[in-house]
Amino acid sequence: MRRRVAITGMGVIAPGGVGAKEFWTLLTEGRTATRRISFFDPSPFRSQVAAEVDFDPVAAGLTPAEVARMDRAAQFAVVATREAVADSGIELSERDPARVGVTVGTAVGATMGLEREYRTVSDDGQRYLVDHERAVPHLYQYLVPSSFAVDVAHAVGAEGPATVVSTGCTSGLDSVGYAVELIRERSADIMIAGSTDAPISPITLACFDAIKATTPRNDDAEHASRPFDISRDGFVLGEGAAMFVLEDLDHARRRDAHIYAEIAGFGSRCNAFHMTGLRPDGREMAEAIRVALAEAGLAGDDVDYINAHGSGTKQNDRHETAAFKRSLGGNAYRCPVSSIKSMVGHSLGAIGSIEIAASALAIEHDVVPPTANLHRPDPECDLDYVPLTARPWRTDTVLTVGSGFGGFQSAMVLTRPGRS
Amino acid sequence: MSTAVVTGIGVAAPNGLGTGHYWAATLGAHSGIRPVSRFDASGYPARLAGEVPGFVAQEHLPSRLLPQTDHLTRLTLYAARAALDDAGINPGDLAEYEMGVVTASSAGGFEFGQRELQNLWSKGSRYVSAYQSFAWFYAVNTGQISIRHGMRGPSGVLVSDQAGGLDAVAQARRQIRRGSGLIVSGAVDGSICPWGWVAQLASGRLSDSDDPRRAYLPFDADARGHVPGEGGAILIVEDAEVASRRRARVYGELAGYAATFDPRPDTGREPGLRRAIELALADAGARPAEVDVVFADAAAVPELDRQEAAAITAVFGPSGVPVTAPKTMTGRLYSGAAPLDLAAALLCMRDGLIPPTTNVTPDPGYRLDLVTGEPRPAQVRTALVLARGEGGFNSAVVLRHAI
Repeated sequence: MRRRVAITGMGVIAPGGVGAKEFWTLLTEGRTATRRISFFDPSPFRSQVAAEVDFDPVAAGLTPAEVARMDRAAQFAVVATREAVADSGIELSERDPARVGVTVGTAVGATMGLEREYRTVSDDGQRYLVDHERAVPHLYQYLVPSSFAVDVAHAVGAEGPATVVSTGCTSGLDSVGYAVELIRERSADIMIAGSTDAPISPITLACFDAIKATTPRNDDAEHASRPFDISRDGFVLGEGAAMFVLEDLDHARRRDAHIYAEIAGFGSRCNAFHMTGLRPDGREMAEAIRVALAEAGLAGDDVDYINAHGSGTKQNDRHETAAFKRSLGGNAYRCPVSSIKSMVGHSLGAIGSIEIAASALAIEHDVVPPTANLHRPDPECDLDYVPLTARPWRTDTVLTVGSGFGGFQSAMVLTRPGRS
Repeated sequence: MSTAVVTGIGVAAPNGLGTGHYWAATLGAHSGIRPVSRFDASGYPARLAGEVPGFVAQEHLPSRLLPQTDHLTRLTLYAARAALDDAGINPGDLAEYEMGVVTASSAGGFEFGQRELQNLWSKGSRYVSAYQSFAWFYAVNTGQISIRHGMRGPSGVLVSDQAGGLDAVAQARRQIRRGSGLIVSGAVDGSICPWGWVAQLASGRLSDSDDPRRAYLPFDADARGHVPGEGGAILIVEDAEVASRRRARVYGELAGYAATFDPRPDTGREPGLRRAIELALADAGARPAEVDVVFADAAAVPELDRQEAAAITAVFGPSGVPVTAPKTMTGRLYSGAAPLDLAAALLCMRDGLIPPTTNVTPDPGYRLDLVTGEPRPAQVRTALVLARGEGGFNSAVVLRHAI
């Protein structure tokens, strides 16, 4: 019989708060965590807004040596992992470590650590032949971001399959989708899975500036992320992580675990169109949604809530609106759709897992988080995007989607655990 | 469950561009390891590399792709096209959602990234390329292959340092089992630019030798680290029935796979490689005695060589199976290394010749039957390919001869 996979623990680090509880409070209050960038002087950049996490790694439980060695994204992943494991109530030291695996998604890896060290060894770009004698010993761990999976595996003592999944902005969905597959095929019984990114650095700003993907709404940072609104003009860069304890549903029930949700279906497709562009018809995302629903054994009408990618770029919001109509038919107009990026920004590879957390919490609490800053919907975005305020809503089945550079389109279906 | 087979191979290797050149060089013990030519490495503690020779991007890519691609993406697109041609596939003839792309990466398009970091910090943010947002990131090669060949099926990118190349091919097998007809998989990798070089030096695993014949000596008493290289292989993985219907030539079957992670170093427990080998054999339904050759990870770091030799002898017995490491002729290609070893193993099955481990005098203490000197004639029906990644990744793939 095919195994079913449950989320039994969750750890979240998102702008506006460290911990799943703070995260959900922010979302349901409809507050935004976007602000003028404080990590460095953003004034040379076109877009000067981001959703930053106020994160004190030592207070969060890391040693000074770990803080010195690990990139910020790795720190997020380890801290979120510890929260998830504690939340799950599972005693991993009593489990066979060979049956515990790890997947960590990331889009841009240790980009902050790499840029910092590049500045040192190159004298701020003055040297092409950079100076190896000024390189830190852990630079290789920044070069190859599979080090994130190493740090997480060491944090929990996992010895099963471990890897990093890096498919740009769908990494957070794809990492969890990959972990689900490993449990189903019995390569592992428990997976520590999720994603992380900490991309708020000058090089990331510059590359999104160059293609005008991020918002220039610098004088109104708090309201800069405006998915589905007619005035939207680009996404707001974010950072964070979400990590989960995933386990075989029967196993979770036997140990009487708290089950947030079942991951019932996953699908991923490529648009084979353009590295950054989207065709307006949403065709491949619709196909990914169709596959995810089919795997869950559900129909478009069964979806109670759509957690949208909703990045707030002109092209994305139309693209996915079209994809929802294409895949869900009439239910696309009936079921609430919202984008939490309006509040926590777009943390690239991390956001997919953060949105899985929001989706699971929507099921847990029967509340749908809102789309903040949505005052005047784009006429081409004509669905129910839950503007401004959270909505009490019976939520048994959630569809969450992601779309990213490289053409990746992913969709995941989460269901209330009682559902058979 | 459907069977996944390899029907096409595309190679970009330091000792040969193209599968034919690579394989002839490998059987002839011709190495591609030379002094670094792409930048002046004379001031660094490592000065040798395996660089892919004779690659002129303009001959293989449309001009519009040149400004938006790193060197390694160009090599990847070359290898992907070569693999499709080798398989006799015209992607336009197949259903778009039936075809996917799963590659591995380690550092993305790092040379492109260095140039743009330099533009940013020496000149200013307005000088950063509009292509930087996707030219350097880890997903670039999968995305570009997918776009170039119109492949819209399930796709992915895995990063597990040097082990990732096997993880990607195993994920291709999963997608075939779940219903895809064809997955383009494998990896072409490398970061031969000053910034990538300095980051690789930090691993402490690069050889400081200037003698291409003495620099990379796995399982030798004189092992002193490895020579880094660039390149790898792209493989076409197909559903066996689909391949058979179109009368495709089949190199071999992806019969078994497993991945494990080492215990934390402070536990003092046995590394996970032996377990990966045993699980991969079990997955293939193969007994150790059926394995005709092992392609080793071959770190050339004494402690890692000892671990690998111990895992191989624990499963196969002392000198119980021929072991080889043709990567002594290419250097270590990061995530590209293991797909290239898969290609070599499949060609070794086809030709009945095990390629040699060059320049190495095996340390008898490892108790390995290392194939050195000349290629060894052997009927190879089952091959095991091993790959390990820094930090504790172990992956193993079992290939079986096409019936």
